[in-house]
Amino acid sequence: MQDEILNLKLIANTLRQHVIRMVGEANSGHPGGSLSAADILTVLFFKEMRIDPANPQWQDRDRFVLSKGHASPILYAALAERGFFPKEWLLGFRKINSPLQGHPDMKKVPGVEMSTGSLGQGFSTAVGMALGLKLDRSPARVYALLGDGEIQEGIIWEAAMAAAHYKLNNLTAILDYNGLQIDGPVQEVMNPEPIADKWRSFGFKVITIDGHNISEIINAIDTARQYLEGPSIIIARTIKGKGVSFMENRAEWHGTAPKPEQVEKALAELLEGREKLWEE
Amino acid sequence: MGGIATREAYGKALVELGQINEKIVVLDADLSKSTKTSDFAKAFPDRFFNIGIAEQNLMGVAAGLAAVGKIPFASTFAVFAAGRAFEIIRNSICYPKLNVKIAATHAGLTVGEDGASHQAIEDLALMRALPNMRVFVPADAAQTRAIVKKAADIEGPVYIRLGRSGVPEVFGDDYEFEPGKGKVLKDGKDVTLVAIGIMTAKALEAAKILETEGIAARVIDMASLKPIDRELLVESAKLTQAVVTAEEHSVIGGLGGAVAEVLSEEYPVPVVKVGVQDVFGESGTPDKLLEKYGLTVKEIITAAKKAISLSRRLQT
Repeated sequence: MQDEILNLKLIANTLRQHVIRMVGEANSGHPGGSLSAADILTVLFFKEMRIDPANPQWQDRDRFVLSKGHASPILYAALAERGFFPKEWLLGFRKINSPLQGHPDMKKVPGVEMSTGSLGQGFSTAVGMALGLKLDRSPARVYALLGDGEIQEGIIWEAAMAAAHYKLNNLTAILDYNGLQIDGPVQEVMNPEPIADKWRSFGFKVITIDGHNISEIINAIDTARQYLEGPSIIIARTIKGKGVSFMENRAEWHGTAPKPEQVEKALAELLEGREKLWEE
Repeated sequence: MGGIATREAYGKALVELGQINEKIVVLDADLSKSTKTSDFAKAFPDRFFNIGIAEQNLMGVAAGLAAVGKIPFASTFAVFAAGRAFEIIRNSICYPKLNVKIAATHAGLTVGEDGASHQAIEDLALMRALPNMRVFVPADAAQTRAIVKKAADIEGPVYIRLGRSGVPEVFGDDYEFEPGKGKVLKDGKDVTLVAIGIMTAKALEAAKILETEGIAARVIDMASLKPIDRELLVESAKLTQAVVTAEEHSVIGGLGGAVAEVLSEEYPVPVVKVGVQDVFGESGTPDKLLEKYGLTVKEIITAAKKAISLSRRLQT
């Protein structure tokens, strides 16, 4: 178990490095919300989800929908590391003729289950997927990663109501609660609190965790899987820009690319962090 | 207005489809009694999902169902389907080219008494502008049945526009629908009348009256608004040198727009548009509304004569 957790931490570190390189190379993209979600995606793609990179259309596979589609770098990093497509693709991110669009395109990238980017819509489609899979008595589960700013969209609550109404116990939402959106702290822009109460009142089982603690993420996903009454949401407290000191908790890194010297500095920090993981 | 409403025919066609294809699922947003998806709900309760009064989620859920292999038909009134849920249709259905069928009822002025808020007169313009979207507008019950069945066989997004009120029969039960093809219902050499939906029957009537005045009109039903039958339009323009379009929709961006787009590039002739003149409707009976807003046989006849006269002026 300890080895497995260390291994997952190392993978998360690798994914973060990919994010920095991709966004730096593209000189465009969203590093903050990609870094905050790195540990969550690591656990999903490298431990929890039943997926097969050799057979991305396998009917019984679990589905992941990146509803906060601007965090595409972390999804691409996870898919490449997991073997869905060559890692060389990563440096084409956001460039002309690349399959790696600014926001995920399911028709261009193996492993991307839904084209997302317009906030709120991914979650609604995830509800549709869960509904269809349930109708087929499929063993597959659906995971949707939402942003905390994203839940300001009305369609999120339309979808939440439907997920509970249809008792979609095969659906787990994960909220990347990093507290910041483009214009500033979510609580200043449009306060979404009390978040846990809102989801609970909409019929979700709510599990609150530290979204950077690998063991807590694993346990929360297990708890959600075992909850049979309806849908669940894991509220993961995270730090925007996690892993790169000068990006942490700063809204300006929502959608700004690091300059070459900042890329170097960020990568050096991540490598240093990697060394520390070995020492622990 | 007589006859069976296209929404009624839709409800029945859905049930037939449900019997032959397990993948068909139907969604509605609390209007199933009006959109007639209630027929399917009764026959296949497990495959019917009422999403409640939430049209954005209606389209998102439909997209998700398509992504796991279902063939969803999502229904609500056209004004909410194409209008309120537009961006979900754009980003979650058309962009990923998902296999969702949107059957939008209560389109146009013939919604009647509910008034302007419920009368979609711009849905065709919105849907036609979306890449990957096909747009079909049936004129009667038989054509609706054929279109609904064809839509289920086509891979990708389809928008089907249906009406609330009864419409006269135009097509026989043996009618077969072919996407991208218009149908010549009557031939003539002096003017071409291109129509869709409830205006097809009116165009035929107009042609009969024109005949008594010595004007031979070719009448085309263009139920496949997108892809449109470019070949037939160009051939007809060459033959008659004058074109009229007739639709229960704004003259901006619908059938009139589509026909003008084709002909202006390939064979320019006068195109006179009968439709709603860039205004909102109001409450009233369907017949009174059509009268007031110029969607009449008389208006088509006037437009035909105008098109012919414009064409003559161009030729002298």
